[in-house]
Amino acid sequence: MKSLAGTGGLIRLILRRDRVVLPLWIVLLVAISVSYVQEYGDLFPTPESRVKYAGNAGFITLYGELSGPSLGEFVTWRLGFVPVMIGLISLLTVIRHTRVEEESGRRELLGATVVGRHAQLAAALTTVLGANLVLAVLLALGMHSQDLPLSGSVAIGLVYAGTGWFFAAVGAVAAQLTASAGTARGIAIGVLGGAYVLRAAGDTSAHTDGPLAWLSYVSPIGWAQRIHPYAQNRWWLAVVLLAVTVLLVAVAVSLAVRRDVGAGILADRLGPADGTLGSPLGLAWRLHRGLLAAWTVGFALLGLLFGGVAEGVGDMMRDDPGIQEMFQRLGGAAGLIDSFLAGVMTLVGLIASAYAVQATLRMRVEESSGRVEPVLATATSRWQWAASHLVFSLLGPAVALLAAGVAEGLAYGVAIGDVGGQLPRLIGAALAQLPAVWVLAAIAVAIIGFFPQASMASWAGPTVCILIGLVSAGVSTADWIRDISPFTHLPSLPGGSVSAGPFLVLLAIALLVGVAGLVGLRRRDLPA
Amino acid sequence: MPAAISTEGLVKSFGRTYALDGLDLAVRTGEVHGFLGPNGAGKTTTIRILLGMTRADEGTARVLDGDPWSDATELHRRLAYVPGDVTLWPNLSGGEAIDLLGRMRGGVDKKRKAELLERFDLDPRKKARAYSKGNRQKVALVAAFASDVELLLLDEPTSGLDPLMEEVFREVVQEISDREGRTVLLSSHILSEVEALCDRVTIIRAGRAVESGTLNELRHLTRTSIQAELVGPMDGLAQLNGVHDLQVDDGRVRFDVDTDEINPVLRRLTEIGVRSLVSQPPSLEELFLRLYEPEAVK
Ligand SMILES: Nc1ncnc2c1ncn2[C@@H]1O[C@H](COP(=O)(O)OP(=O)(O)OP(=O)(O)O)[C@@H](O)[C@H]1O
Ligand SMILES: [Mg+2]
Repeated sequence: MKSLAGTGGLIRLILRRDRVVLPLWIVLLVAISVSYVQEYGDLFPTPESRVKYAGNAGFITLYGELSGPSLGEFVTWRLGFVPVMIGLISLLTVIRHTRVEEESGRRELLGATVVGRHAQLAAALTTVLGANLVLAVLLALGMHSQDLPLSGSVAIGLVYAGTGWFFAAVGAVAAQLTASAGTARGIAIGVLGGAYVLRAAGDTSAHTDGPLAWLSYVSPIGWAQRIHPYAQNRWWLAVVLLAVTVLLVAVAVSLAVRRDVGAGILADRLGPADGTLGSPLGLAWRLHRGLLAAWTVGFALLGLLFGGVAEGVGDMMRDDPGIQEMFQRLGGAAGLIDSFLAGVMTLVGLIASAYAVQATLRMRVEESSGRVEPVLATATSRWQWAASHLVFSLLGPAVALLAAGVAEGLAYGVAIGDVGGQLPRLIGAALAQLPAVWVLAAIAVAIIGFFPQASMASWAGPTVCILIGLVSAGVSTADWIRDISPFTHLPSLPGGSVSAGPFLVLLAIALLVGVAGLVGLRRRDLPA
Repeated sequence: MPAAISTEGLVKSFGRTYALDGLDLAVRTGEVHGFLGPNGAGKTTTIRILLGMTRADEGTARVLDGDPWSDATELHRRLAYVPGDVTLWPNLSGGEAIDLLGRMRGGVDKKRKAELLERFDLDPRKKARAYSKGNRQKVALVAAFASDVELLLLDEPTSGLDPLMEEVFREVVQEISDREGRTVLLSSHILSEVEALCDRVTIIRAGRAVESGTLNELRHLTRTSIQAELVGPMDGLAQLNGVHDLQVDDGRVRFDVDTDEINPVLRRLTEIGVRSLVSQPPSLEELFLRLYEPEAVK
């Protein structure tokens, strides 16, 4: 037990460092989930309308199969994306409090005090597993308060928590594998993405009586979903998730025993003795290329997925006037499929803005790690240095969006036999998101320029926009709230009417805010 | 010849703390200038101002006859910098980092780089994350020494180097200063290093220069300790100027005397009559310890 000495203190440290973020995501996700009961109960009052809404191929790929027509089951189904978000947050949090600590050397500082060798891992896991449990309890209470049965409400809590537990443990294993936090994140997010794709492919195949239905059963996301809250309430599946979590934690611990602090299990290879890099832009390319490739591939997959299911959405919506009306409201403009695709594009744009902010924050990472000092001590000016990174925070999302548009255009075009027509439309619709994405990138530049210590606040941009998107999709939201998000001002594409006005205004805002941020960066101490 | 570095009345505050509080610093072209002071005295802050990374609140600074803030890019072609705590890109090998920094400064001398790698016994193929602290430091040193520059700003460059490498560092600095006539500003806590390398030193405390000059000049500022056995009564010794910490013990005295007051004190001793006398010259350590103490600020 000596290896766990100091765990309590470390937990307090984590809770202190995350005292805002941790309660925030718990409360937000519970609140959003609970609000869906009322919303979707009003939108789809009858079992028939629910079954119909949930029965099309597109939704089955996205959220899986509906277990039954009761309101509880329907809401659980529609909230299928939330466990994935919880999994993502859980794995990122675990990695942040383990591998990132080690990479930055802070772990060594603590390790020299009376902190056992497993204490850091134990503290991170305890915190994240505990947070998921709190979330489950709050969710159960919240759902029950909406007049849903208690047992089912506990079960949906376990769907959320079980997914969170599993991916927290995945994060713990990934953190042991490599010495770099970036690679660890990549591995863990890869597992999450893989689990989601397996579930999506399996469910889609099952719906069409295909041979690949079993894929859902090898995906932990599939297991959690098959707990089927408000229906069978299969508690044993939650036990399975918990057991696998325990197993993964044991793997993480045994890996941790076998390696040194700061090192990974996968050894580093030797690099070249001479370099070819010779400019700030070359350096930025080295620093950004992994991120760019990962996002581009992810966006292409997203495009394929949505493009592939779009036609099915159209089939099902055509014969239901209620849903037709709702989708008109969601997407605006003509054509049911177009409004579905336009909704998808907004989603893709929102995700792209997260990439834009992440890429922009690389600049600050370079600064706070001290790596900017030797660069700025050469003939590289601050402008050149900032520009080399901004190339990637501006053009990176453009490349990723292009990939999404091409993939979506190809998939949808092939499905309806009109590649030539759909490809340019959907590429255009994807790239039309850019001005809004750039506004959020520019805000990040301004924050880095004027309030470098508060750079993490840049994440507020995409977060707020995503929340506005999520909430206003169902509930009617005050105009001024919706107007905060630059995405609200983009035309609904494909299908909607386009005018240059909003684009120009957004571009002007992005330019103004971005240049102001660069001026701030030029005038302040760097590093600060 | 114009000074390589000159600052007058530099002031820099971070919120309520004054990192620099009217710093004057003059580094002549071609000299190795030691820059010393206790932790938090403002050495790193000064060097960052000289590099145009930090902007001074008040005062003027000139580097190689340019303004370090507005002419940063041009000046940086002519100078190189080694930070005390080197962080590198984890995915780049040491060799890549050296070449990158060299090219961004204006070019790498391949032969010189190879020679320095050899002398510092550094494997350039390792990824930066696999380097030890000392080896990271060597990467920055090789990158700086391999470039053809007039001025080197070194901020505790040898922190983490083993004694063997510390020796190599001294050789290289001596070479570039003697043979090539380059100017070096060397911030350091290692007194033997300063004594071996520096022509002149500036000592700062709490953001202000407390002393500046050659080491010999500074030695005059310190005290010689004297032990003597006397024949007569030791009247009047304590009242003499420059005598400190007088201890009397049965015919023996022991005290420190300011080096520039030594003559009158010796005269008084011989008047009393000396049976034996031991005098210890001031050590550099004592000098620095005294200047580092808070009351040293005049
Ligand atoms: N970015 C900053 N924000 C706030 N205070 C700072 C900052 N940088 C330096 N300081 C403060 O300024 C003072 C001088 O720091 P500086 O790093 O220049 O000292 P130093 O002489 O290099 O010390 P050391 O020998 O420990 O390297 C210290 O009190 C330090 O705490
Ligand atoms: Mg310092």
